[in-house]
Amino acid sequence: MSTTHHITPVRTYVAVFVALAAFTVVTAAVAYRDFGFLNTTIALGIAVGKATLVVWYFMGVRYNTPLTRVVVVSGLFWLLILFALGMSDYLTRPWMGVPGR
Amino acid sequence: MADAHGTTLPAGGRAAAGHDAHAAGGGGQPHPRLQHHFYSMDQQLEASILGMWIFLVTEIMFFGGLFMAYIAYRTMYPDAWAAGSQHLNVWLGGANTLVLICSSLTMALAVRSAQVGSRRGQIVNLILTIVFGTTFLVVKYFEYAEKFEHHLVPGPTFDPALPAAQQLFFALYFIMTGVHAAHMVVGVALMAVILVMAWKGRFGPDYYGPVEVSGLYWHFVDIVWIFLFPLLYLLGFHLGH
Repeated sequence: MSTTHHITPVRTYVAVFVALAAFTVVTAAVAYRDFGFLNTTIALGIAVGKATLVVWYFMGVRYNTPLTRVVVVSGLFWLLILFALGMSDYLTRPWMGVPGR
Repeated sequence: MADAHGTTLPAGGRAAAGHDAHAAGGGGQPHPRLQHHFYSMDQQLEASILGMWIFLVTEIMFFGGLFMAYIAYRTMYPDAWAAGSQHLNVWLGGANTLVLICSSLTMALAVRSAQVGSRRGQIVNLILTIVFGTTFLVVKYFEYAEKFEHHLVPGPTFDPALPAAQQLFFALYFIMTGVHAAHMVVGVALMAVILVMAWKGRFGPDYYGPVEVSGLYWHFVDIVWIFLFPLLYLLGFHLGH
């Protein structure tokens, strides 16, 4: 009795598909030009946008329970911990003379 | 279905009267696919989705380690990364991105077909998903073959004219896309199993958990590629002209 089953209209799925295909073309077209240090930022921004569309619509997280959403977000959060702590190591190694390097 | 606390159980019904757990099925009869440890089909579906997401979180961390290696080595050897990226075929990589997006659409439509009880829709969309997934793998095969021909595979045969750091780029290229391709193979096999179940008419509006949960896996593998494409293929695209 908890949830009614949400059935996404075909139109929504097709719209998401068109957006994903358009983003793919845009990301390739943008990568053809040089924006300096912004290259990676733009590419990752588009990729995050595409991934969000897939998670929210195709994977149906918008209809999932709060508990499932917490699990999804926790996965991304732990990934960020991995990157943040990992890079705080690698980027700061040159700051001090480490023996053997 | 969810008319909870249905009280009129037919004589000989499996669930004892007063046992709420199994009284939620249509007409007071428990759904044949309802496992006895769940109260309702809804709860069973929610638990399946939650469980699949917990598995996918472990997959995020699995691929996360590879992305961590990518970031660390790219910051150390940015030039080798940009130059190595130029050896990858943006058009094949881009085409494969579109193929995977198509497969994600047909996957979503397969789940929807199960929700609305269309056996034909499930079969058609699952077959299309398998076809798109296989297309991706075939294109990947030709890409790999080209890398072998051009001596871009790390190891003793690696082109000695290229800087050694580019071997690192190609090592990560092969590991990341290889592990992704392995996930695709698993996904295609999974879809074949789901297709057989759909063929037998196993799924419908009351019971479509396996289709939905397999779809989550399929979409996840698509998302990994959404990140691999710009990070590997597009990185040096602006340098090539």
